[in-house]
Amino acid sequence: MSGLEFCQWLADTPGSIALHEGPYALVESVHVLTLCIFLGLALMFDLRLLGVTMRRVPVSEVAHRLLPWTVAGFVIMVISGALLFYAIPVRSYQSIWFRFKIVMLILAGLNVLIFHSGIYRRVADWDLDAVAPRAARLAGALSLVLWVLIVLSGRMIAYNWFDCYKPQSALVTLLAGCVPGDLAGR
Amino acid sequence: MSLLPLFEWCENVGVGQAIRISDWLFPVIEGFHLLGLCVIGGAILLVDMRLLGLGLRRQPIAELARDTRPFLLGSLAVMLVTGLLLFSSEAVKCYYSFAFWFKMTSLALAIIFTFTVRQRVTLMDDARISPIKARIVALVSLALWSGVGWGGRWIGFS
Repeated sequence: MSGLEFCQWLADTPGSIALHEGPYALVESVHVLTLCIFLGLALMFDLRLLGVTMRRVPVSEVAHRLLPWTVAGFVIMVISGALLFYAIPVRSYQSIWFRFKIVMLILAGLNVLIFHSGIYRRVADWDLDAVAPRAARLAGALSLVLWVLIVLSGRMIAYNWFDCYKPQSALVTLLAGCVPGDLAGR
Repeated sequence: MSLLPLFEWCENVGVGQAIRISDWLFPVIEGFHLLGLCVIGGAILLVDMRLLGLGLRRQPIAELARDTRPFLLGSLAVMLVTGLLLFSSEAVKCYYSFAFWFKMTSLALAIIFTFTVRQRVTLMDDARISPIKARIVALVSLALWSGVGWGGRWIGFS
């Protein structure tokens, strides 16, 4: 079963249809407004690494006190995001914005992984520095850039400029995985 | 006097028209409005959580309030400018939208509250704030700003 076939199967499940016709707007609002909790706080941590804010607060203190909230926010983001995909699977699967967003999300995840298994292990050495060492600043800056791209591309999923049912360039057709002649994905 | 003629004028001014005619201007401005939401959300939450005794509770309230203030002011400016641009492209729709008026009322109250009561409390010396008063201020702030957020999201659905 290809990814597209799986999404087509998913779209026909009762849950997907019910979600699409029912509380979609509510789930979407939760997804957007939880940005304040998840990304708002994650951003503050990145800015602390860059030495732009809370310069007198130990980095480990910011991480330790805010991380539980950031993680909780992220869980809500993932669940609501998965529900949004489940409600409109085929169109999302063939959206270049969605695909771009997923790639950026993976990169953001790798960034977190590298940060926590690398420079953050030695946080005791630089905990009180107003400006974190270069590797930590790089992680913070990278995180900011990736999340800006994730938010922007996420918002663009709603717009249909590059949808498969419209005539598209060869590049978009390839990137979106459009099937020529197939008008699915309204 | 009805505000409708003013709203109609906004929509017909060059900027509003340009945004409405363009395919991509509205989404891009909306994207930046959303990025502003993340920053303002973080800046407000950090301090309100602290007032509730959550998050960075070992730091003095006044220090957190001062540290996050540039981000609060900066993101508020971005929100107001991008919000005004979005509004100008669909002012008449907004005029008839309950969500819009709900948001604007919440926004006015949130701004007044933030820069009067909340500002006085957060910039005060910790020892002089009673925990109960701090909690009430945080809850009012969170309620008002949530109203702005939900109302804003709902303009798009109405």
